[in-house]
Amino acid sequence: MLDAKIPAGPMDDKWTDYKGHCKLVNPANKRKLEVIIVGTGLAGASAAASLGEMGYKVKAFCFQDSPRRAHSIAAQGGINAAKNYQNDGDSVFRLFYDTIKGGDYRAREANVHRLAEVSANIIDQCVAQGVPFAREYGGLLSNRSFGGTQVQRTFYAAGQTGQQLLIGAYQALERQVALGNVTMYSRHEMLEVVMVDGKAQGIIARDLITGTLERHFGNAVLLCTGGYGNVFYLSTNAMGSNVTAAWKAHKQGAAFANPCYTQIHPTCIPVSGDHQSKLTLMSESLRNDGRIWVPKKQGDTRKATDIPEEERDYYLERRYPAFGNLVPRDVASRAAKERCDEGYGVGTSKQAVYLDFAAAIERYGKIEVSKEGRTGVGKDEIIALGKEVVKEKYGNLFDMYEKITGENPYELPMRIYPAVHYTMGGLWVDYELQTTLKGVYCLGEANFSDHGANRLGASALMQGLADGYFVIPYTIGNYLADEIYNKPVSTDHPAFAAAEKEVNDRLVTLMNIKGKQSVESLHKRLGKIMWEKCGMARNAKGLTEAIAEIQALKKEFWSDVKIPGTIEGFNPELDKAGRVADFIELGELMCKDALDRNESCGGHFREESQTEDGEAMRHDDQYMYVAAWEYAGESNWNLHKEELKYEVIKPSQRNYK
Amino acid sequence: MEHYNMNLNLKVWRQQNGKSKGEFKMYRVEDISSEMSFLEMFDVLNEKLIQDGEEPVAFDHDCREGICGACSMYINGKPHGPWQANTTCQLHMRAFKDGDTVVVEPWRANAFPVIKDLVVDRTAFDRIIQAGGYISVNTGNAVDGNALPINKDKADASFAAAMCIGCGACVAACKNSSAMLFLSAKVSHLALLPQGEPERHSRVINMLAQMDKEGFGACTNTGACEATCPKEISLTNIAMLNKEYLTASLVADK
Repeated sequence: MLDAKIPAGPMDDKWTDYKGHCKLVNPANKRKLEVIIVGTGLAGASAAASLGEMGYKVKAFCFQDSPRRAHSIAAQGGINAAKNYQNDGDSVFRLFYDTIKGGDYRAREANVHRLAEVSANIIDQCVAQGVPFAREYGGLLSNRSFGGTQVQRTFYAAGQTGQQLLIGAYQALERQVALGNVTMYSRHEMLEVVMVDGKAQGIIARDLITGTLERHFGNAVLLCTGGYGNVFYLSTNAMGSNVTAAWKAHKQGAAFANPCYTQIHPTCIPVSGDHQSKLTLMSESLRNDGRIWVPKKQGDTRKATDIPEEERDYYLERRYPAFGNLVPRDVASRAAKERCDEGYGVGTSKQAVYLDFAAAIERYGKIEVSKEGRTGVGKDEIIALGKEVVKEKYGNLFDMYEKITGENPYELPMRIYPAVHYTMGGLWVDYELQTTLKGVYCLGEANFSDHGANRLGASALMQGLADGYFVIPYTIGNYLADEIYNKPVSTDHPAFAAAEKEVNDRLVTLMNIKGKQSVESLHKRLGKIMWEKCGMARNAKGLTEAIAEIQALKKEFWSDVKIPGTIEGFNPELDKAGRVADFIELGELMCKDALDRNESCGGHFREESQTEDGEAMRHDDQYMYVAAWEYAGESNWNLHKEELKYEVIKPSQRNYK
Repeated sequence: MEHYNMNLNLKVWRQQNGKSKGEFKMYRVEDISSEMSFLEMFDVLNEKLIQDGEEPVAFDHDCREGICGACSMYINGKPHGPWQANTTCQLHMRAFKDGDTVVVEPWRANAFPVIKDLVVDRTAFDRIIQAGGYISVNTGNAVDGNALPINKDKADASFAAAMCIGCGACVAACKNSSAMLFLSAKVSHLALLPQGEPERHSRVINMLAQMDKEGFGACTNTGACEATCPKEISLTNIAMLNKEYLTASLVADK
């Protein structure tokens, strides 16, 4: 079932050879071929713009009111590229190596190498579009270091890199809309893939304003629908981010790969109460200057500033002297959880640790004083100068923190706690980004391919744009070249009618349940099960319980959910109900996958598989594979394994001590 | 900071769809924590409405971290509510006290027709961008990113304009419902960069024409837009737009 279609030959030549030999479609034929793109974040918007420019007829769909709102917009830190502008030894190979290692040796080498190869083109393309990246005084692009790598390869636009890249892709997309090459369907949601003779020939979409179902023909369908972190209810994802389109494809036959690989980001603003609807990330870059600590005494209720230095436990510096506060995300998150579980947590919930800038403020203040060549400066003035420097570096993040918590992080340490942020798993794709469902492709966070078991910072934006701008324009041609011989399928075809009926029946069923519990309350309960039993640490007992609990919750959902309003017209509760129903099914599969993988790797930590001092332990002999799950009926999946062969990089156990 | 709970009276605009007549309705929410965001308070209201068998209030929202630009409530007579440089989703309930009455309306502008309750149609903004808010470069044509140095001050100014989140608060705040701040932010963003130079003249003319066509009003330099903008987009962008437009009108071929 799984043919990754990795080109033969040396790693360095695979992509070049592929591009040199893949099939092409001539311009006259491109005009006759229609491509459906679902989701218009970085991956979807860049793909829609590029394919539109090439001459394909593109139809793009998003559930938001405008493609500019896709959640790619919230990415803060930056985008990696192997430009080596800093002359610090970066190269395609090093970016390739760091990404494979960061992914804990669970990603496919050929895909990751291609990602590293095209990374530099992305920066050029974005600059040409007018993306205002940060620059040095000489007018050249600025870089910063990120996520523990040893080179400076991260390009950024203050703390809003995702926004600027998305606006660039959005503008390119709107240009194609203006030229008539792309038709944009905003406030639309894909609810089914239409299969004719074993290949995708269109979708059923629902107009979220009128509630009507629409049939759309396409020679191929590209799913660029982002991650599924909202299965946990609380995450850093946008409220609307969902798995529905990918899940519909999965149930039609697209294998879902490594669903249990979830990235829990260590520095997020903690939950403040049951009312919490989402969590907000504080950029990883803060760990460059902030020191993480908890009190040495359990249940200490003193104010942070009243706890003397010797009674503080800087646990990351203690446990990982070599990397200290800059250990990778998965390691930092687990260490915070360990301290809180042991009773050392802070704040009212006790589910938080401190991220303290006092030392950095003083250090920067002293540097400022010495720059001015002054002596005998009082401590207050040093602190004031230091605050100015910190403000310049992190001002927008500090402001955001203060708006949310009401606390001034210049005076008090931030309280932070890990939160669900990114999902490395997704639809299984081959080298061409095609899923196991013929004619259905998957790009960006929605696919599984490039980050293995853990994603490095500033790599998500890179992958989304690599897939959309530089990979799919080639690989889609290899498929569509054969489609020119086929006449477009009419949307009156029985397959369209059957798919539409299926979607409609499901909506009617949902509306007719007329139970007592709101969609939101059921979603919260799913999230609680997932967070407690399939969250930062997992074990066989908990996962087995979780599967039973989710199955019970599913029954409750389908017999007791309460959806107000009607099928016709604007009804966000109905939209949400469909998404939560899919999350429930996905949650079960995630637990199943986590149960199957009895090793710890990247974001997946199995308590049964750890070293004596509590570090993650991989089992390459048993689990060096991609777990691709094929849907086989309710609560039933077949596992297919894609063996991972490391030809270039030799896997080793990660160590940050 | 001390946390407290409050009871509030909400006066909320309800409108079934674009064709029906709307009206204010009064609701009461209780035990609202000062730590909640304004939209979480609306979540509480909506859960209560659902339990009472009523339709929840429709409102646009997505990222809930102040960057996507989806949220759009007109709160107590101000777009995005009382805080400066803030979006509705980042407004927190400690801005209010027990017993307050809070009036919540949708953005009001001819070019932003109501879809339902507090949700309006802002696709006019997308069409303004389609009229020229881009640089015409196809994928794969780019030269090296460092081939063309850009003065840092100009790059920073371009970025400051590009920070616009397209929420439409500027239009909602304007007595003329003008989209000048939105439009000028895009014109400045691109005109300040050398990459934007070739289409500089046609861009401003076409985008402005589209703004008029969409039914947005004219700019009378009141500055309510700048005062309400969650990203503090500066009024100087409008000055720049006027300069760009004047130059373009004198020299443009089309």
